[in-house]
Amino acid sequence: MACVNPDGTLTPSALAVLKAVKQAPQTAEALAALVGLPLFRVRSSLRELREAGLLIESGGVYHLTPQGEETLKKQG
Amino acid sequence: MSEQTQVSTFPRLNEPAPEFEAVTTHGVLRLSDFRDRWLILFSHPADFTPVCTTEFIAFAEIYPELQKRGVDLLGLSIDSVYSHIAWVRNIEEKTGVKIPFPVIADLNKEVATLYGMIQPGASKTEAVRAVFIIDPKGILRAMIYYPLTTGRNMDEILRLIDALQTSDQYGVATPANWRPGDKVIVPAPKTVDAVDVTPKPGYEVIDWYLVKKELK
Repeated sequence: MACVNPDGTLTPSALAVLKAVKQAPQTAEALAALVGLPLFRVRSSLRELREAGLLIESGGVYHLTPQGEETLKKQG
Repeated sequence: MSEQTQVSTFPRLNEPAPEFEAVTTHGVLRLSDFRDRWLILFSHPADFTPVCTTEFIAFAEIYPELQKRGVDLLGLSIDSVYSHIAWVRNIEEKTGVKIPFPVIADLNKEVATLYGMIQPGASKTEAVRAVFIIDPKGILRAMIYYPLTTGRNMDEILRLIDALQTSDQYGVATPANWRPGDKVIVPAPKTVDAVDVTPKPGYEVIDWYLVKKELK
């Protein structure tokens, strides 16, 4: 997973995405502007973060899960 | 004795570009991740080869111009992601040029086969130099295939993007050797009643089926 380092920690770009979602639920497009990454990279990260259970998506808007909150507390 | 070969399919213009998911130097990407922006998907025969290196540098050089036009770049070859990483690092080390776009590591030739990039007459193991221009809705709008020996012309790729975007914006076509700022072609009339050769300011009427106009 490109979002996760070999030691299990999140990559800087994945952390930036999670932190931005923690501020407020966001769309992929808004996140790309907020974190300064290309839209395709953000979409890829969002997919992996969702598969890892750290985010959920509803109507195109991404929200942090309790597991995502926990991960941010440990690594953020 | 029979020899099993992967049969290449060829995508078709103005149809949805075939979807894929692939390992790249920027993680696992899907074609649909590029939706809402233009995309140039291009293949090169192999990492650490001379013509391909000049092309990668040339693609990196036009990258800022492509970004201004809302275009992303995605490379591909039948090499591993480790080879890609080593090669782009080598290019930066030797030439100072940073490769800003992702590159697909298509070791199983899945994407190359889907897009007709493997052409056994040219090479059974390498992709030819293909370029696919995909619009923000995921529709394949143009494709170019070059042989292994011949590096691509970046001016033509930029010109093609400009022409497609101009056609979409203004509902016009573009003549041979068109460049931004040149006159464009008004779509030819499709009925007798639609024929109009009346002189109009800004229009160049060569005949009823060939009318050029300035874009303002």
